[in-house]
Amino acid sequence: MATLTRSEVFDRVQDVLVDALGVDPEEVSEDATLTEDLGAESIDFLDIVFRLEKSFDIKISKGELFPDDILNNPDFVVDGTMTPQGLEELKRSMPHADFGEFEANPDVSKVSGLFTVKTIVNYVESKLGAA
Amino acid sequence: MRWVWIDKFVAFESGVHGSAVKNVTLAEEQLEHHFPGYPVMPPSLMIEGMAQTAGILVGEARGFEENVILAKIRKANIERYAVPGDQIRYDARVDSIDEAAAATSGTISINGEPAGTVELMFSHVNKSAQAAGLPSHNFVFTDQFMQLFNSIKDNAVGTDAS
Repeated sequence: MATLTRSEVFDRVQDVLVDALGVDPEEVSEDATLTEDLGAESIDFLDIVFRLEKSFDIKISKGELFPDDILNNPDFVVDGTMTPQGLEELKRSMPHADFGEFEANPDVSKVSGLFTVKTIVNYVESKLGAA
Repeated sequence: MRWVWIDKFVAFESGVHGSAVKNVTLAEEQLEHHFPGYPVMPPSLMIEGMAQTAGILVGEARGFEENVILAKIRKANIERYAVPGDQIRYDARVDSIDEAAAATSGTISINGEPAGTVELMFSHVNKSAQAAGLPSHNFVFTDQFMQLFNSIKDNAVGTDAS
C-alpha cells in the first residue's frame, strides 16, 4: 500500500468523495473544499473517514483527520476567532493542511477552507508513508 | 400505528450481522393509500425496516448505551415491490463502527428473491447531547424495541437460524 503514487492516492480519494457526497468526479479537484464546493455536512465527514479506512486499509482515530475537538475547545476559540495557542494546536494536529489564508485571519467560520481535497490526499499520503 | 417495521429477528451475531423479517398484510394502514386499488409496501418504509434492523444491530454492539440515530442513507436501491402476503427480509451487516458513528450495508429480499440493497449511517447520540435539547433518556431503544430485541433470545436465535 505504501507504494501508491500521489496520483493513485488522489484517484481513490476522488472515488471516496464521489460515493460519500454524490458529486461528479470532475468536481473533485485538489483545491475543492469539502463543505463549500462539495456540499459536505457533518455526518459526511464521518462517512468519508469510514470510506477512507476501507479504501486504504488504514485506521483513522477520532479527530485525526478532522480535529473537531480543537475547534470545540473554549480555550482555543474566543469570540469566534482562534487564539494563537489554538492555532498552534490546530497546525500541529493538521500538518497535512495548508494554513496560508487561515493563519492570516483565523476566523473559525472560515475553518472549512482548511478541509480541501488536497488536505485529505496529503493526510493519506503521510499516513501510508508512516505505515 | 406503532412505528415498528420489522416483525422479528431470525438471525443475529453481535456486532457483525442481523436479519429480520416483516410480513406484509393488507390490514396495514400504509397500504390503504399506497396506492388506492394497488397496495404495495412503500420503499421508503422498507428503508426504515432496514434502518430498524441495522439500528438494533448497531445499538446492541455498544450495549444500548447510546441513542442510535439514522443519520444518512448512503445508498438505497429497491428493485421490486412487496405486496400483501409477501415476506420481506432485511439482512444487515456492520461495516464500520466507532464512538461517534456506524456504517452498515444490507440486502433486502422478498420471498427469498433479491429485491434491493441499502447502505446506511448512524450517529451515536449519547448523554452529552443533552445540550442540544435532546431528552436525557434513551429515546431510541424504547420498551417496544427492546421487546423486539429480546425476541431474538426468545426465539433462540443465537448465531444464525436462517
